[in-house]
Amino acid sequence: MTEVSRITAAFIILLVQLFTVPGAKAAELTGSAAVEGRFFFHPPLHAGQKYHDSSLALTAEYYREFSMGSSVTVVPFARLDSADPQRTHADFRELNFIYPGEGWEATAGIAKVFWGATEFVHLVDIINQTDLVEDLDGEEKLGQPMLRLSLVRDWGVIDGYLLPLFRERTFPGKKGRPRSSVVVDTDQAVYESGVGQYHPDFALHYSHTFGACDLGVAQFFGTSREPSLLETTPAAGATRLFPFYPRIAQTGVYLQMVRGEWLWKGEALYRSGQGRDFFATTFGFEYTLHGVPESSMDLGILGEYIFDDRDETIATVFDHDVMIGLRWAANDAAGTEALAGIIKDLNHSSISATLEASRRFGETMKLRLSGYVFADPDENEQLFSLAQDDFVRLEAIYYF
Amino acid sequence: MKISLLVIFHLVFSALGCFAQSPADRGLEIAIEADRRASGFGDLTAEMEMILRNQEGRESRRLIRLRTMETPADGDKSLTIFDSPGDVRGTALLTHSHKTGDDDQWLFLPALKRVKRISGRNKSGAFMGSEFSYEDLGGREVEKYGYKYLGEETWDGRECFVVERYPKDSENSGYSRIVSWIDLDEYRVWKEDYYDRKNRFLKTLTLREYKLYQGTFWKAHWMRMVNHQKGNETDLLWSNFSFSTGLADRDFDQNSLKRAK
Repeated sequence: MTEVSRITAAFIILLVQLFTVPGAKAAELTGSAAVEGRFFFHPPLHAGQKYHDSSLALTAEYYREFSMGSSVTVVPFARLDSADPQRTHADFRELNFIYPGEGWEATAGIAKVFWGATEFVHLVDIINQTDLVEDLDGEEKLGQPMLRLSLVRDWGVIDGYLLPLFRERTFPGKKGRPRSSVVVDTDQAVYESGVGQYHPDFALHYSHTFGACDLGVAQFFGTSREPSLLETTPAAGATRLFPFYPRIAQTGVYLQMVRGEWLWKGEALYRSGQGRDFFATTFGFEYTLHGVPESSMDLGILGEYIFDDRDETIATVFDHDVMIGLRWAANDAAGTEALAGIIKDLNHSSISATLEASRRFGETMKLRLSGYVFADPDENEQLFSLAQDDFVRLEAIYYF
Repeated sequence: MKISLLVIFHLVFSALGCFAQSPADRGLEIAIEADRRASGFGDLTAEMEMILRNQEGRESRRLIRLRTMETPADGDKSLTIFDSPGDVRGTALLTHSHKTGDDDQWLFLPALKRVKRISGRNKSGAFMGSEFSYEDLGGREVEKYGYKYLGEETWDGRECFVVERYPKDSENSGYSRIVSWIDLDEYRVWKEDYYDRKNRFLKTLTLREYKLYQGTFWKAHWMRMVNHQKGNETDLLWSNFSFSTGLADRDFDQNSLKRAK
């Protein structure tokens, strides 16, 4: 972490220098503060876990634009959690300088990049590490230090990435809930590369819109964001899991297509370097019923399927699963909306269900309710360790 | 002699036909002229405050920025950026409207840095929970409607054409017809009555505070949409219009959507 803080310090110095540059156009500071409670339905399986936890999260965003079109964005994030010290953490989600040229753009610093098309599982998305202690859905990401060069041409956009520093995935600690039955010891992370997280990663990405179809193709050479969780039993002490980060090569493709009210989405990847080479794909549809008769509501139906061919020794929750979702938007002044989903494993008996609903109060407040239920998990499955961890999460977010 | 009488009748009626245009042709002519006068701006940027007011008078506000560019052969391209309320700050909507067929639309979600394709069919849906629908705010390509000229009428002290238009895409539009009051002098719209798909009176839009830009383009700075069925209303307060700001195709692609600030 010392290296991270050194890089951070260097950026702060760079930023301070930039702010004193004359010709700055606009500057703004915005952000949000959230109070959160999580309530579990069942008694905890492991010592130290509780029925509930509460936490506080703060995100700020400073944005400053300069006369030649370049800009600086700084997004610090911090969470304080009552139950799990591992969930109490801070990160720069963004800390970057963007310089736009004629037909090209350069980014230097910590940034966030998303690649993908589907709703339930994001297979192809790889640049940023998952901040798993934040949420199980894997959509919360850690800031990734990078140098990026984008070339914008009539035939598409090519992004080249140099990623000088690897970020380790966060995992819930001993008191964390939900968590795997064996705690992942993040202090004992092992790398295939001799230089660990300092081995630079490279990526190339191409994207373009062909009529009703958006296509993205990506090639990544670097340290796998998804660790293999390996078990070790020391001579004295309990069995523990440690993350192993191998060097991989991964090719990814994703696609979204619109046809009337139908959206078709698909992602596929081929990875080598982590166990035997494997292939994974997820694809599906979203159908939207606009203006449910006599109202302004929208109702969307989602269906997706995932197939993952990887080695049994590499942990993945989704190997052969079907997901069905229902998205509802009231289209009212409060922006009330909800998304419910069911994930059914076709190889095992397990089913899990999720719910996410939110509503705005006034102009600056928002309440969000989300919940997870893990029903009938198979003993051989990863989800088994979550059997007792059904929970609801209530967040009150204030925007400034 | 019967034949010559028929010939005379025929001549008289065809002469009348030359003078008296059908209401459909006259309506289309007015729409084309109004469109001609509003076109040719190249590109523009503007800001808008949206004030939603429900029956009880409770208000909520949104701040939105808009960038629009004309394209030579097809519909406009536009980028809409939301500045408030806080939970949607940074969200941006990119629309490539087309003269025929569905518009292309993408939504940028800032929390995930994700660009999502959305269905351009969503014309009748409420825009940000307001009384304006996507089709009210979107490009008004002449080709998307059929027309009928209803006559002339004085409205608010101005001589106006009264023209009715019918969405050709009746399946996805929220309206059966829209009646517009357009002034004879400058072809500006001052009022519009909207009728829902069952032809019931639904909404009234009034426009005020027109200002002339570049000696050519009239822009209303105040708009109010009243929903007669729900009793809600939405005001749009426009400001900071800038013309010919040098926007290009590249400012309206997926990459620009990610950079929209």
